Amino acid sequence: MRAYTPKDDVQAKAYYTDRFYVAPQVPKQDVSSDEVFATDLEAIKAKFEVLDAYIQVEQMVVIINAKDNYGVLELLRDELEYTQLSELSAIDWIAKSGEFEVFYQMLSMGKRKRVRIKCFVAKDEAINSVEKLFRSADWSEREMYDMFGLHVNNHPFLKRILMPYDWEGHPLLKTYPLEGDEFAAWYEVDKIYGKEARDIIGPEIRDTARVDRYDSERFARLGHEVPKGTKITGNEPKTPLAYQEEGGVFMIDRFDEEKSVIITDRDR
Amino acid sequence: MQHQNRLRPFFENITFDRDDNEMILNFGPQHPSAHGQLRLMLHLQQEMITKAHPDIGYLHRGMEKMAENMIYNEFMPTTDRMDYIASSSNNYGFALAVEKLIGLEVPRRAKVIRMLLLEINRLMSHLFWLATTALDIGAMTVFLFAFREREYLMDLIEDYCGARLTHSAIRIGGVPLDIPDNFIADLRKFLDKLPENIKDYEDLLDTNRIWRMRMEDVGVISKEMALSWGCTGPMLRASGVAWDIRKEEPYELYSEVEFKVPVSDKGDNFARYRIYMEEMRQSVHILYQVADMYEATIANNQTELMAHAPKYISAPKLDIMTQNYSLMQHFVLVTQGMRPPVGEVYIPTESPKGELGYYINSQGGPYPYRLKLRAPSFWHTGILTDLLPGHYIPDVVSIIGTTNIVFGEVDR
Repeated sequence: MRAYTPKDDVQAKAYYTDRFYVAPQVPKQDVSSDEVFATDLEAIKAKFEVLDAYIQVEQMVVIINAKDNYGVLELLRDELEYTQLSELSAIDWIAKSGEFEVFYQMLSMGKRKRVRIKCFVAKDEAINSVEKLFRSADWSEREMYDMFGLHVNNHPFLKRILMPYDWEGHPLLKTYPLEGDEFAAWYEVDKIYGKEARDIIGPEIRDTARVDRYDSERFARLGHEVPKGTKITGNEPKTPLAYQEEGGVFMIDRFDEEKSVIITDRDR
Repeated sequence: MQHQNRLRPFFENITFDRDDNEMILNFGPQHPSAHGQLRLMLHLQQEMITKAHPDIGYLHRGMEKMAENMIYNEFMPTTDRMDYIASSSNNYGFALAVEKLIGLEVPRRAKVIRMLLLEINRLMSHLFWLATTALDIGAMTVFLFAFREREYLMDLIEDYCGARLTHSAIRIGGVPLDIPDNFIADLRKFLDKLPENIKDYEDLLDTNRIWRMRMEDVGVISKEMALSWGCTGPMLRASGVAWDIRKEEPYELYSEVEFKVPVSDKGDNFARYRIYMEEMRQSVHILYQVADMYEATIANNQTELMAHAPKYISAPKLDIMTQNYSLMQHFVLVTQGMRPPVGEVYIPTESPKGELGYYINSQGGPYPYRLKLRAPSFWHTGILTDLLPGHYIPDVVSIIGTTNIVFGEVDR
């Protein structure tokens, strides 16, 4: 049977994967292998439910319930010396389980340790803001909302931060294509000239590698140089490709070694 | 063609002269001293700022989205475009994160060359910072001097990799090439002179009345505020937290070199300026040691530049051209890309601006499932919300200057 590919994930896929390929795992260690992490985990476990915990690449990962996120971060900051929230963002698992994974990357400068707190939030649910604990979460949560559409409760100013304020769609969702969707293609045309100009201007081309040889308005043509505006859909005038070096080019002198000075060492 | 009233600013409902005499000033996004595409909406009472609202996103290219649709090696040149003032630092952070994910050990000489590049990048970035900030304050001479020194460093980088701004000089698993013959000699010659140059800048600035008035006790960030806002790098160290990732969580060969971490407890613009100057001196100190290390690798005949891991890294060019199996591996790695193990890493490095972190979630495929770029400037811009109120309009320029933000990495 052919392998099922989720239709709600439009990101680039490996075009060939061996049927029997089993991806190796980054090794996970038990939390008890590190004293500092073990005591920290005990402190979290005493107050909150911990779904899973392990050490991966020298950092402890603790998976908690989404409703506990504020409490756990408060505990980490006030009692366990994790004074900085380095990073916060989400991962889209909607195609797999209908959830977002939210991670909080914490740093303790006193202990020289980093901990990642993770929780899962269902697609239509919101998560509590931790902006009261760490001001850095203000912008991070806005970015998370902007990129994933994941709502954050109690955030003072939950507005888009990177995309325009009137944008539709959330770019980092796996359902959002890399070259943008229908809305993105018409965004600037609609906004500047109005919908009625769509036929005249056409959608924005977001494929940077696209070359249209019948387009005489833009400069990129394959092999044929024609003046702007020339109708070339019929029989296009051919311009042979030529190497500039042969016979020289008008107004351009060739490099003359005799007349040139080569600076071997600049006075540093 | 253009319709009247089609394109309106979205603060159209804000009146500009209200009863309470509050004015809203739109600063940017094309202001020369905003150091990029920063737009600030400033609420003013007379000349004093009562509320600041930084607006970013004018340089947003969706790098995280791009990363999800690219093989790992393909993404390397994109990282150049984050902090384009010190692009090797970004290359390095990404390479290190992928190496940790794979569990790869990089050969000694590659490590030494990476250290050279990283510290040269730090010097380039700090010189650029000094030049542009001094220019914003009005010190034209310092701008010209600092750019002259930066030019020599760019020449060095150009000697190494051919590029001056977007280097892509580091690969996953090592470095692509050895440094050219007279690189170390040129570097030493430059380093011998740089402390004198730094002295020159300080002579121009330290006792300069205008510079001190614009810098001292302006933009004071308390320790609590710096920690809460996720400040890192010189921004954090100027606020009294001695935290340098090179020292505290050493990566590469930073545990083998000797250097000091400058700290100040003042937290103002002047403290940040002092930290940048001292860090330049420390970089010079590190570079001398790394140059010696490079010569030691020659003496010890450690010539490997790329790690040996056929599943992830292509073999050396000689092998590819002579051995069939290496060629096959290379072909698969170039067309399909490496497939790191399933797992996730968050790897922080000390870039010139602060903590540059790469979070990679790999699901065992050739594309990262999620890649989060933790760029320090993002929060250093965010802090302006809390930092600017209470200051006057001219202070905005000097505060933006000393936060050292680069919009390539704010917007990503």
